[in-house]
Amino acid sequence: MNPENTENLKKTPLCAACLEAGGKMVDFHGWFLPVQFDSILAEHKAVREAAGMFDVSHMGQIWVEGKDTWKFLQYVNTNIIKRTQFKGTYSHIVDEKGHIIDDAISFALSPEKYLVVVNAACIDKDVAWFHKNAAGFSVKITNDSDNWGMIALQGPKAIEYAAALIPGVQDMARFTIKKIELFGAEGYVTRTGYTGEDGVEVMLPPRAIVHLWDELKAAGVKPCGLGARDVLRLEAGYLLNGVDATGTQSPYEANCGWVVKLDKDYFIGQDALSAQKVKGYRQRLTGFVLTAPGVPREGCKIFKDGKEVGRVTSGTFSPLFKGIAMGYADTDLPEDATVEIEIHGRLIPAKKVKTPFYQNRV
Amino acid sequence: MHTAENSKYAKTHEWAYMDNGVVTVGISEYAQQEIGDIVFVDLPKIGTAVTAGQNCCVIESVKSASEIYAPVSGEIVEVNEAVNADPALVNRAAHGDGWLFKIKAAKPEEYDVLLDLKTYKETLDK
Repeated sequence: MNPENTENLKKTPLCAACLEAGGKMVDFHGWFLPVQFDSILAEHKAVREAAGMFDVSHMGQIWVEGKDTWKFLQYVNTNIIKRTQFKGTYSHIVDEKGHIIDDAISFALSPEKYLVVVNAACIDKDVAWFHKNAAGFSVKITNDSDNWGMIALQGPKAIEYAAALIPGVQDMARFTIKKIELFGAEGYVTRTGYTGEDGVEVMLPPRAIVHLWDELKAAGVKPCGLGARDVLRLEAGYLLNGVDATGTQSPYEANCGWVVKLDKDYFIGQDALSAQKVKGYRQRLTGFVLTAPGVPREGCKIFKDGKEVGRVTSGTFSPLFKGIAMGYADTDLPEDATVEIEIHGRLIPAKKVKTPFYQNRV
Repeated sequence: MHTAENSKYAKTHEWAYMDNGVVTVGISEYAQQEIGDIVFVDLPKIGTAVTAGQNCCVIESVKSASEIYAPVSGEIVEVNEAVNADPALVNRAAHGDGWLFKIKAAKPEEYDVLLDLKTYKETLDK
């Protein structure tokens, strides 16, 4: 990308390290981030077979503190937020209509202090939403996103690499958080990720995160970019907010009904979601695998017997499954239905499948 | 045999090599690097009539689809079946075995106005 166009882009603490590692940089929601280093396919393979690391410093960290912390998080989330110390809960944040604003993980550091990790493109929106809905709750909401660098270390060997630098990581359960001290700085490690593999995400202040990147790179962990990350998350069936949910779909429509707990105490969007659950909905985020060569992309139309039944929101070439896609398709489309996806003016046969496309033991 | 040096170029990054009125077409080394891992090539059908500048082939990488334009007008007379089986061949040998298709040129003068390697490279520096 043209250097003169990058001045207005936000840089992460790992920007220089990514450039040094040969990162091909792009504008990702206003962030200057690597889409790939040497090859997306090689990076994908590293994460599925060994370990890879991603600069995810653009992600947001929001602190919620105070005596009503848990009650407040319950109110703004569709899922039941776990109270057990160090546990994290994946949930959707929805508006009064039940439409997804963001998906986020809330980690319990203490009954009165949670760390909420949110999508980069949604930080300002989420913070504003939290403030707007905090009336009546004794909570303090702090956007701490600019103070943290973050590395996602992912793959079957990720824990081995992480444990060599961060003792105790190997004993952490999935979806837990741990406070750490590394390279003279304090930070957090969570046993989470967005690739369908085991791994950790490490949050540290800028200087320490660069140190961690260098150490992992020296140990042989492959730097990976947004391109590989998108293939990995799509294979794992993970939603990309802003692409697979665009502010007009509910968690049910996004095929994430499991994050909606209608019978918990009142939460924003509960009425709308209760009504939708009874009434039903026309389309749901659905997985498709092409049965002939081709690569489906965002916007491709999906046809069944000549009638349009949906649109692709995310599509890619998967080294494991070839052409794969997720898209909103009519809910009455039967399991294993044969459809056609229009790619560059040609109808390519595909089959409806259950997501995730790829399932590891994690 | 076509090489980077003896081929001509379109500004849209295709190379063309004419032999006996038949123009072999591929993408430049620069283009394959920019496109990245090529995973599928939607080749034109043999017998298709194309005009210079017409989109007639699509190269898919993991991250994007790239349209390939016919550098000259004519009829598609041959396609490289080897890239169907092994699309990455275009990455490995963009100027050699990774060629895409051949056009029987209807207007050979169109070939003459394509860029030589030096001029093409100058367009990349701009």
